[in-house]
Amino acid sequence: MANVPAGLLYSKEHEWVKVDGDVATVGITDYAQSSLGDIVYVELPNVGAGLTQFGSIGVVESVKAVSDLFTPVGGEVTEINGGIDSDPASVNRDPYGAGWFYKVKLGDVGQTAELLSPQQYEQLIAES
Amino acid sequence: MPLPAFDTPLIFETGKDGRANRYLPAGPALESLLPKDALRDELPLPDNSELDVVRHFTRLSQKTFGIDTAFYPLGSCTMKYNPRINDAMANLPALRDAHPFAPDAAVQGALAVMWELERSLASLFGMAAFSLNPAAGAHAELAALLIAKAYFRRKGEPERNVVIVPDTAHGTNPASAAMVGFTVLSLKSDAQGRVDPDELRKVVGPRTAVCMMTNPNTLGLFEPRIHEVTDVVHEAGGLMYYDGANANALMGNTRPGDMGFDLMHLNLHKTFTIPHGGGGAGAGPVGVASHLIPFLPTPVVRAVDAAGNDAAGSGWRGSEELTFALDFDRPESIGPMRSFWSNFAHMVRALAYVYANGAEGLTTVSQLAVLNANYIRASIRDVIDIPYDEINRHEFVASAQSLKRETGVRALDIGKALLDRGYHAPTVYFPLIVPECLMIEPTETESKETLDGFIAALRDIVATAKTDPERILETPLNTAVRRIDETRAARQPDLRWRPA
Amino acid sequence: MYTPHTADDVDAMLRTIGVDTLDDLVRVPDAIALREPLHVAPALTEIEIAERFRGLAARTPASEYASFLGAGAYRHYIPPVVGSIAMRGEFLTSYTPYQAEVSQGYLQAIYEWQTYIALLTGLDVANASVYDGATALAEGVIMAVNATGCKGVLISRAIHPNYRAVLRTYAEGLELTVDELPYGADGRTDLATLETALAEQRYAAVVVQSPNFFGAIDALPAGVAAAIKATKTVVIGVVAEAMSLAALAAPASWGVDICVGEAQSFGNAIAYGGPHVGFMAATTEHLRRIPGRLVGKSVDADGKPAYVLTLQAREQHIRREKATSNICTNQAHCALCATIYLAAMGKTGLRDCAALNVARTAELRDRVAKVDGFAIKFAAPVFNEIVVQVPGRGADVLSGLEQRQILGGVALGRWYPELDDCILMTATELTTSAEIDRVASALSEIPARAAARV
Repeated sequence: MANVPAGLLYSKEHEWVKVDGDVATVGITDYAQSSLGDIVYVELPNVGAGLTQFGSIGVVESVKAVSDLFTPVGGEVTEINGGIDSDPASVNRDPYGAGWFYKVKLGDVGQTAELLSPQQYEQLIAES
Repeated sequence: MPLPAFDTPLIFETGKDGRANRYLPAGPALESLLPKDALRDELPLPDNSELDVVRHFTRLSQKTFGIDTAFYPLGSCTMKYNPRINDAMANLPALRDAHPFAPDAAVQGALAVMWELERSLASLFGMAAFSLNPAAGAHAELAALLIAKAYFRRKGEPERNVVIVPDTAHGTNPASAAMVGFTVLSLKSDAQGRVDPDELRKVVGPRTAVCMMTNPNTLGLFEPRIHEVTDVVHEAGGLMYYDGANANALMGNTRPGDMGFDLMHLNLHKTFTIPHGGGGAGAGPVGVASHLIPFLPTPVVRAVDAAGNDAAGSGWRGSEELTFALDFDRPESIGPMRSFWSNFAHMVRALAYVYANGAEGLTTVSQLAVLNANYIRASIRDVIDIPYDEINRHEFVASAQSLKRETGVRALDIGKALLDRGYHAPTVYFPLIVPECLMIEPTETESKETLDGFIAALRDIVATAKTDPERILETPLNTAVRRIDETRAARQPDLRWRPA
Repeated sequence: MYTPHTADDVDAMLRTIGVDTLDDLVRVPDAIALREPLHVAPALTEIEIAERFRGLAARTPASEYASFLGAGAYRHYIPPVVGSIAMRGEFLTSYTPYQAEVSQGYLQAIYEWQTYIALLTGLDVANASVYDGATALAEGVIMAVNATGCKGVLISRAIHPNYRAVLRTYAEGLELTVDELPYGADGRTDLATLETALAEQRYAAVVVQSPNFFGAIDALPAGVAAAIKATKTVVIGVVAEAMSLAALAAPASWGVDICVGEAQSFGNAIAYGGPHVGFMAATTEHLRRIPGRLVGKSVDADGKPAYVLTLQAREQHIRREKATSNICTNQAHCALCATIYLAAMGKTGLRDCAALNVARTAELRDRVAKVDGFAIKFAAPVFNEIVVQVPGRGADVLSGLEQRQILGGVALGRWYPELDDCILMTATELTTSAEIDRVASALSEIPARAAARV
């Protein structure tokens, strides 16, 4: 059973969001990393890029598959996790910790209302 | 049939400076001929004796599996026998050494090769003309979509930019569409794995540019309603493109041109016995209906008869009395697709193959390719899932889905177990719409005995999977190396040797 | 037909399938049944095929003429060892090495090719090859467009005209704009306008070729590449004559980020234009954008070194419309020939060969320059090609040589109207002093007539 920590928000595209004031940290869920298999590369937006909520902003590559990365929140990218480049396995190992993707300064804090609670997300993956 | 397991050091790890082979006279000092700052400081390459070079590459060849080594039922790749006469003809010094900028008068025979092949292909596939310019199938697809783009621009319909691609299509189709700025609309197959003209009718419209299909499709199934499909697209103002990857299934029996296709490509390295050479060079002639001829890539070969009349008729004729020229002056052409005129050595090979068969022989070729594929399907259908269990064409798909559920043995594992038994694996996990897919294409050049051996091996693998799956999961054991850590290869790319 | 089926085989197989005749297997709806007989080349026996092609070869006498043709396809010595090894059936008849366990040999050979190209260009990584030099250029430009998000490129007019034409074909599809830098009086790219051009517009790439189409060594002078990169523009270097890499400064040393080119010169026949073999090398920064196949080294289940196709998620069969390119086939067998050639020639042989090219070309230059009415057009140092200014039209002089069974070179007026009185001549290690004498004395007989026509 995939790990769905409390205290985070989730998207239907299997990203998680941790909101801290007006800054959100984004990554992919344990369920996502496990479905993708061994992740070998993550293409992230540049710092300073403006993101639109739910837009396609990068890709996650596993050995023989590539998946679009949709951002669960819109705003300006303030930081990306440079550690993934040298250690893509961290996404598989620790998707909610060392394997985080990027931080966004939220344009509109209200947009988080569009996201799923841990219970809703658990239900989503149970159904798929 | 084990492959040798010895290690072969890299060519860079062997040899000694100065151990040179004397192919040439010693060159003068470069410093005496060119300014110092134009020259490189060092050339960090190894010097090896010719014997060591021969031994190195011979050993590498021994760790490589080809059609010449054993049966190669790789679906969608048409791994048929590559006749040696083809290579001998391509290596005739006059043809091998002709220069592309030689004047037409000095290369009439080379131009005749291109023209005779082009005329033969046009008749065989029902196209008005082919260009031999594109270097491979995907390259020809790109050429075809550029032709479509130019055509719609001339018609004043530049808004047509949607390419409809069935979900069974080859991965190159959407990739090629993206390279001409077209967007892709994926069309779901019906329950029989085919394109439903009524579903298609719902998605075509004023933005439809091209519908790309192959027939038989990638499941090996013939699309009997193809005429309705092409009508739907034509009525909507679009063009029909035939992906010739599966041409070995119908060559000589029915023609894409008669089905209503406006554009097509052929993979000469599949249907026309060009050696695959470990993944190239290929050759991908692109064919068009008459209204698209002006847009073909440059150059095209023109032929005139003794009276000075254009000699292009409805097909092949003898070239002895004709005079040929390369025609670059084609104002509506999409332009050239590559440095020179064609992968010419492959045109020689393909023409030699056409000569070896003639129209009747080429027709028999496709019929026997279909026979061989159906024979394998009929001989394994009681032990493995056949998702579309009906008469197929030159290939078919099996699925390891139930086997995986019962035993944990996947399509991939069946492939690896076949390697251990001296057979190349089928194509696995393609097409994407069939889970745990094994796509099997035997081709017509295999004998019944070879097919029987393969059938027995496959049945044995399935039986072993049911009693002792571990024995399948640990395969291959008889190969130069065992299963490879692909994750490590992708996470820490090591793509070259570096000097210590 | 190369089909082994006996009538008994066919019957037995049809019985297993459960149909009566072959026709039942291949039946198609009446609407698409064949309506007319096919007109294809007739069936011949193998003896007849050989005879037929000997006839076609006899109508192709070009290779018996003395030849000074180059311009992107070069006549070099190919040691017999190359063909003898490369034609082994295991290499010739294998597919793309997706089943790595039974393709270790080919995969290692391609890894060696990637290494050779990386060492020769001085760059970090190289791919398993692409179709040819022109398509390598187009693919290199696509990499730069993807890296920068810009849709314009600035390319030297001294790049091979066929390469530029192919780039324009691709540019139509990708909706790129292609601007050109002129060449200067010495035959090198004129960089005087570069600074202004880069200031006015952002480009994805600046592209130069060295040696360029005129044979001139056209590496960017010190500092220029850095200035280009300062505008976040990629520097692409084109090498249409790979033999030059053995002598000239490695492209990486003059600032190239992506080096693309043609490696036909390494052990591949000219073959009337193909198949040849394009190469692509780049800095690590561009690794994920390199199109086509890449072979990587890893380990197997026993920890033994093993080679495998890698970074496949970039490729068309996985990414489909999001792929870096639609390239599927590469030129593996041509790359293999090149690898065997490079191994057999070695550092010493390659150095000698490159030096002989420079020396023979200098000899040709000096000899032709002495012929009355002929001049060397450009002063820049060259590798193995020179532009010769002739009296009258270049094409006419070449026709005169052709009548004397000499292929004198390529007339430049076709692509450069201002150079209508110029031809491009090539000399390689295979060019003899006797041939140089012959062409020089033929030229001395021609000008009066050609010039008289003007």
